[in-house]
Amino acid sequence: MDDAPGAPPAGPLTGLALAVGVTALGVATVIGSLALGAGTPARPDSGTWPLLVGLALCALGAVLAVRFRRPDGAEAFTRASWPVAAGLATTAGFVSVIGTIGFEVPSFALMVFWLRVLGRESWRSTLLVAPAAVAALYLVFVAALAVPIPHLL
Amino acid sequence: MDLGPVIDGFGVVLEPANLLYCLIGVTIGMLVGVLPGLGPAATIAILLPITFEIDPVGAVIMLAGIFYGAQYGGTITSVLLRLPGEASSVVTVFDGHALARQGRAGTALGIAAIGSFVGGTVSVIALSVLAPLVAGFALDFGPPEYTALALLGILLVSTISGGGRVKALVAACLGLLLAVVGRDAFTGGERFTLGSLDLADGLDFVPIAMGLFGLGEILHSLERRQHAGHAPVAVHDIWPSRADLRRSSGAIGRGSVLGFALGVLPGGGAVMASLAAYAVEKRRSPQPERFGRGAVEGVAAPETANNAAATSSFIPLLTLGIPANATMAVIFGALLVQGVSPGPRLVDENPELFWGVVNSMYLGNVLLLVMSIPLVGVFVRILRVRPAVLAPITVLITLIGAYTVNNSVFDIALVVAFGALGYLMKKLGLDPGPLVLAFVLGTLLEDSLRRSLLLFDGDPAGFVTRPISGVLLAAFVVVALLPLSGRLRRRPAAAPPDSPDSPASSASSGRGA
Repeated sequence: MDDAPGAPPAGPLTGLALAVGVTALGVATVIGSLALGAGTPARPDSGTWPLLVGLALCALGAVLAVRFRRPDGAEAFTRASWPVAAGLATTAGFVSVIGTIGFEVPSFALMVFWLRVLGRESWRSTLLVAPAAVAALYLVFVAALAVPIPHLL
Repeated sequence: MDLGPVIDGFGVVLEPANLLYCLIGVTIGMLVGVLPGLGPAATIAILLPITFEIDPVGAVIMLAGIFYGAQYGGTITSVLLRLPGEASSVVTVFDGHALARQGRAGTALGIAAIGSFVGGTVSVIALSVLAPLVAGFALDFGPPEYTALALLGILLVSTISGGGRVKALVAACLGLLLAVVGRDAFTGGERFTLGSLDLADGLDFVPIAMGLFGLGEILHSLERRQHAGHAPVAVHDIWPSRADLRRSSGAIGRGSVLGFALGVLPGGGAVMASLAAYAVEKRRSPQPERFGRGAVEGVAAPETANNAAATSSFIPLLTLGIPANATMAVIFGALLVQGVSPGPRLVDENPELFWGVVNSMYLGNVLLLVMSIPLVGVFVRILRVRPAVLAPITVLITLIGAYTVNNSVFDIALVVAFGALGYLMKKLGLDPGPLVLAFVLGTLLEDSLRRSLLLFDGDPAGFVTRPISGVLLAAFVVVALLPLSGRLRRRPAAAPPDSPDSPASSASSGRGA
């Protein structure tokens, strides 16, 4: 179900990037573990377990590098991926301002952007749904549950 | 078997508050099952913060209700829209929608409701009998046994998950690594915190699950243009005819047994069970060509099996403390947050919780049967809500919900970070399921490994010489090497002789006819 019907499989470059990324993470883990103290089998230390995990990551990275041409379920990044970046950016923006200006304005802005730009809803339904959703969130989280989330009102 | 605690458990379920939680759970579960996109793991993750306000028994009753409710809800979209709401309803699409096109959508939904009820109930009866036995057996488990068990569990889940086993193992290693972040339980030293105070106590499970399953899933769906405005088929005559019932009774019986058995196995779960049950019925049928063109058994078998499996997958969680799949890992996390650690001692030390949860499933199944049929009309209307409207609302609930766990903005940032990771993982073919499972089991695995090594004075042979851990490790090796031998055997042949996908592929070709 998760496989998009039209999503093209990823190319070898993505496969290679994944292999390199996994190996790099493995190497970084191994270096970090050695700094923590690798210990010995009889006297395991803080770094023993992460060292094992890091070595496993290196080995898996090597396997991925050998078969980097096989997509194995990976999807290519296409122009359809841009809305995801935009959506993610709005959530990151939400987090960065919520502490200073409360959750109402960023929530409203996020709703409008997702409805109008990402969802291609009409202005009418956007301006109907967005304020209603923010009001409902306020009533549930602030008025009813008294969650101390930063808020304006 | 001492029936006292079992009966007390029914007392717990029948408390008005718990009845309400059960009702809320199955209703939300069905709703979520109806809405394609978010699976049960995602929903449970998003709703986790709400459960902290409730006592542990009520919380787990509700979460369990969401899980098995979703199994039924997924059927409705499969039948009416040819759009599986859940992965475990994918095979239901073939015969369910074929029936709907013949004007028999009601029959398909009715048979699915009855099958789900029977499968769920048979499974919960078996669970009531078996779980205490398993727990009693597991009481003797020491650190070496838990090391072997956790390793086997992670490997099995990685074997089944989508995107290939190497990638699943990468995801599992990521989970193990994330579990290391924070203070070392043995030495008190900080590990991989990058100097951040927020990370000193380690990563919280809730924002990880909410990010990977919740936000990650929504972001990934932004990329797929979802078709809105399907005209759902009209539904009438929900009660199946006597002939339909007679025809499906065998399928329901076999589906119950198969579903129960596959649900117990780590990595098995509802998806595998529904595929396997469909394949069995098709193979047994004297007219296999009917499958994919509206065979009632083709709906009854997978729907029975997925509910039976959803129920029985609670056995390893409640008796061994080892979640069998990603959804169980989320419920495991919820229990930990509530201060309950599932394991062999749970039955004896916390019988109220154990039997309360188990017995709530009897009730939940009755509720599902009673509610699903009259509510079909409501669900059909809900299907008209456009995903474009639903997505931002779900995102905001997720973000604000994450804040409520520890009242910290850092947790919201974690959700966003893990949302991005979840999306990337999906794009790269890495299943987030093994990551979450390994994260949950990571601490247990490291602790037991270190304790075992101290116990054996550093001699790893100790794992093999103890009978139970030896057998579990042998099973680990067999599971790890199985695909290699399969590949060697298969090499001369062009196509794999039998894969779990085969019923799907053959049925989809039949559907075109």
